[in-house]
Amino acid sequence: MSKKIGVFVCHCGTNISATVDVEKVAEEAKKKNPGVTYTTTHKYMCSDPGQKLLRDKIKEEGLTGIVVAACSPKMHERTFRNAAIKTGLNPYHVEISNIREQCSWVHKDKAVGTTKSIDLVRMMTEKTRKDKSLKPIKVHVTKRALVIGGGIAGIQAALDIADGGNEVILVEREASIGGHMAQLSETFPTLDCSQCIMTPKMVEVAQHENIKLYTWSEIEAVGGYLGNFDIKIRKKARSVDLDLCTGCSSCWQVCPSKKIKSEFDMGLGNRTAIYVPFPQAIPSKPVIDRENCLLFKDARKKNIPPNDSKVCRKCIDACPIAPVKAIDYSQEDEIVEEKVGAIVVATGYRELEDGLYGEYGGGKYKDVITGLQFERLASASGPTDGMIKRPSDGKEPEIIVFIQCVGSRDPSKGCSYCSKTCCMYTAKHTMLYKHKVHHGHAYVFYIDIRCAGKSYEEFAQRAIEEEGATYLRGRVSRVYQKGDKLVVLGADTLTGSVVEIEAEMVVLASAMKAQDDAGEFARKLSIQYDKDMFFSEIHPKLKPVESSSAGIFLAGTCQGPKDIPEAVAQAGAAASKVLALLSSDELEREPVVARVDRQLPPVFSTCIGCFYCQKVCPYSAIEQEDIKARDGSVIKTVARVNEGLCQGCGLCAATCRSKSIELAGFNDEQIYAEINAVEFN
Amino acid sequence: MSEENKFEPKIVAFLCNWCTYAGADLAGTGRKQYQANVRVIKLPCTGGIDPLFLIKAFERGADGILVSGCHPGDCHYNSGNYHARRRWNVFRPLLEFCGINPERIQFSWVSAAEGGKWVETINGVIDSIRALGPFEGYQKINTMGPMVSSESANQ
Repeated sequence: MSKKIGVFVCHCGTNISATVDVEKVAEEAKKKNPGVTYTTTHKYMCSDPGQKLLRDKIKEEGLTGIVVAACSPKMHERTFRNAAIKTGLNPYHVEISNIREQCSWVHKDKAVGTTKSIDLVRMMTEKTRKDKSLKPIKVHVTKRALVIGGGIAGIQAALDIADGGNEVILVEREASIGGHMAQLSETFPTLDCSQCIMTPKMVEVAQHENIKLYTWSEIEAVGGYLGNFDIKIRKKARSVDLDLCTGCSSCWQVCPSKKIKSEFDMGLGNRTAIYVPFPQAIPSKPVIDRENCLLFKDARKKNIPPNDSKVCRKCIDACPIAPVKAIDYSQEDEIVEEKVGAIVVATGYRELEDGLYGEYGGGKYKDVITGLQFERLASASGPTDGMIKRPSDGKEPEIIVFIQCVGSRDPSKGCSYCSKTCCMYTAKHTMLYKHKVHHGHAYVFYIDIRCAGKSYEEFAQRAIEEEGATYLRGRVSRVYQKGDKLVVLGADTLTGSVVEIEAEMVVLASAMKAQDDAGEFARKLSIQYDKDMFFSEIHPKLKPVESSSAGIFLAGTCQGPKDIPEAVAQAGAAASKVLALLSSDELEREPVVARVDRQLPPVFSTCIGCFYCQKVCPYSAIEQEDIKARDGSVIKTVARVNEGLCQGCGLCAATCRSKSIELAGFNDEQIYAEINAVEFN
Repeated sequence: MSEENKFEPKIVAFLCNWCTYAGADLAGTGRKQYQANVRVIKLPCTGGIDPLFLIKAFERGADGILVSGCHPGDCHYNSGNYHARRRWNVFRPLLEFCGINPERIQFSWVSAAEGGKWVETINGVIDSIRALGPFEGYQKINTMGPMVSSESANQ
């Protein structure tokens, strides 16, 4: 029996109807396309009345196939398929013809747009005629979650998921959780101390019975799929046994390598080779920096096992743990495997590299520092105990210049976006400076002051009006050294004059960049990233925390620059998505999977058993199956697709030499129907 | 779609769902205008494209074809675009044997973030095929008429 197809053309307000004659599209669909028994248009098909119209007409007209000509299937395919389910129609008989994103929005000429839309609708109508009913695949859900990254976003997501009663694996690649927020001195717009609000959360993570914490660990591989991810975690050799160590500090007090630049202090302070990154670290247990440790250096040089080196064993000798010491030089990287049902990616950002702005002397002059370095100077737990001192000579700078948009909004440096937080943190820096150096003066060079946010604008105004910072609208062209001063050459575009300031310190509000290894990491997870290497959400407005891979969510600055409140809010949103996902025992998955032909009789298959499909399958989803005669003898061995593993890429179907594999939802018949319907008129 | 004397090429584009199709959507969201000579067929992955799809499109009157997927290394299915590239390498020498100028088929990588690149790519394909002129090689053997479905005769 041939299908009765209904075509529903959406106006999308005027988004479509302004450049496409929707009435004509509907009319032509009925006139020319075989199988189309009903057509109509609606102002908003996705609205409640629009969906009701669809449901009613399926029943009244006895429709067995639906084409909705509207926006991209990425927007509302699910919406209309769900509407079909309510009427009892198998949802895989519903197809979307994308006449908005790929027609009405990109072609202004109404005649051209209308012609193309008619064609696009016909193509989908033909495909719909070949659609088959499909049954969603049910998958078991592992009720645990993985959170990658232990900054404020990762911590918040982990706590929210764990509070919801699910086990959480939190993986952090540094020796301690805390991320960038732990480095900050005070936070805008309230000026409360970052450590004071952060450390309780870090402690909560450590003590939470549902959270399993892996620090000094990285994600090695991610396999599996929504509800059933297989995670391999590389526990990097810490050289310290976390179970035995009490964090007593005996070891790092005796370490002779005391001049190693501290990453946590952004290179402004020093640390030892066996070290805890900062006093409030979680776990508060040390790690040996094997690059810089004398013993490991010696072992590398002599090519002997580290345990055999006798150069320096001060830390292990100082370790009071007995009988087995907590320090273990022979420890090696360990791969642990975990199974989880959902993943939150919260891998954060990095600051723009120093050398990129040679004209500002970043990385060249000691007293030109970045925003994060200033945070460390201003922090009470920082290398100067919170005193603002020049890195070069420890002098208190009496004139300080802040340069905004260093990297941000500068396409020539590969960074066209606004980093969003710098206007606010520069205003904060001028205040912190003023609170500590009362007689000092702060200048700020800015392009625009962008302080959108609750109490943000007032905060920036306070910096100017009450704290007396001088804001100059313009760019800085050059910073150069003159004696012990730094001369800042800039423009004040409001007065139209050139400004020259002899500063004692310069702070660059450096851009927030995606992590260096973001691309490589995204590939491990099969998630998409944007032109700036920030991970992409699936819909910028309506699905802001979902990645392109089902079951993987995004939180914090790995998705784009944002401040703490936003990162926390997004982490909470990601956690709520994870909790919803983990709340059911079984999930339904799109049945877009490959199938090997097994027609009746059951001993028959056109598969010739060449297993080329097995070679191309990225998921090892192709298995071998013996077709047996009644006496148990093997007639032939054919391919079989494991539906749980198959992700529906169709590689096997295109590779199959005997045309024995079809991809449900995109089988040859459907694709050929689409191609055959292309007419261009 | 055109006046008698002006040749307007017909392009069929086979796009992967994750990168280029999303990139084309992004061009739409950004209201970036491009020539309308293209009809898009969406597949999960460029690796799942049977070369015969392309031959069929030529049979149906296409003058040029674009196959576009994710950048190397970015494939949603890890390695699908590599298979597409290998298949193309094998397929390309056969095209001339089939009577098709290989320049009528173009490959590109356009990510979901590259709306602008999609516009450049598709405009480039349309312009280059316009310069090549119509593909007439298969017109004689196209005996299927305007609509192909077997049921169409009954209705």
